[in-house]
Amino acid sequence: MTVLGLDLGKYAAFILPAYGLTAGFFVWIIAASLTASRRWRREAERLQAEKDAANR
Amino acid sequence: MTLPRALDFLAVPERFMAVSTWLAPVLGALAAALIGAGLWTGVSAPSDYQQGATVLIMFIHVPAAWLSMFGYICLAGASLLSLIFRHALADAAAKACAPLGAGFTALALATGSLWGRPMWGAWWVWDARLTSVLVLLLFYLGYIALRASIEDEGRAGRAAAILALVGAINLPIVHFSVNWWNTLHQGASVFRPGGPTLALVYLIPLLLIALGYMAAFGSLWLVRIRAELWRRRARVLSLQAAGR
Repeated sequence: MTVLGLDLGKYAAFILPAYGLTAGFFVWIIAASLTASRRWRREAERLQAEKDAANR
Repeated sequence: MTLPRALDFLAVPERFMAVSTWLAPVLGALAAALIGAGLWTGVSAPSDYQQGATVLIMFIHVPAAWLSMFGYICLAGASLLSLIFRHALADAAAKACAPLGAGFTALALATGSLWGRPMWGAWWVWDARLTSVLVLLLFYLGYIALRASIEDEGRAGRAAAILALVGAINLPIVHFSVNWWNTLHQGASVFRPGGPTLALVYLIPLLLIALGYMAAFGSLWLVRIRAELWRRRARVLSLQAAGR
């Protein structure tokens, strides 16, 4: 089997899932890390703004 | 006890936030460049005379396996620092590291299985290397579960740190398992006395991708530590708001 010009032969059924899993892992871990960071940053900033407003 | 001055940025959250703001994206860009270059040179390499095109799996499996060990060294190191110095940042670093390390370990096991099936004729064998890496994954998962199961965050951090240090005993077992026991898994071919036995045409892409994985790990670790610090800040503010 040839993929993107690469002849993977009879091993394509093992190579492609391995690369697919790796790509999927990276996409998931990057998205999860960035989403958590943004979410907690927004939450902390919102609570800080509420605190500042209450102290005024 | 106080940390040495060179490690100041690890002890002061404000300084850490300032450094990580620019360091995380720089490491992320470096990771993308290194992995891209490694894949480019890797796919240009000829098929191995014995393993055929499955040698391509090596470029993503071996760095994941190295990162599973490196991640645990980081977890145990941060846990040790949090126990000795009681720095909140070290505890946050340990907590942020565990899911990353567990992910790379699971990835190493999954890609190894996909490599093992065509080469060994089996998806899994209970040999010393595979079993000790599975134990490594269980230590990561145990660390995450223990932290989640104790409500008091201080106690949870200390209990999980002790578990992380106990699990560090497994690291030399993983590394030397292929020397200490007869295993189906091949012996070390890069980090070994006498230098690497791998041909340069495979070694260069492997090292490029491994460095890329390490940069990605560093970048993601910083992002996750930042998330944990923001979460703790939000929790303190939330408790203060409830007390008003």
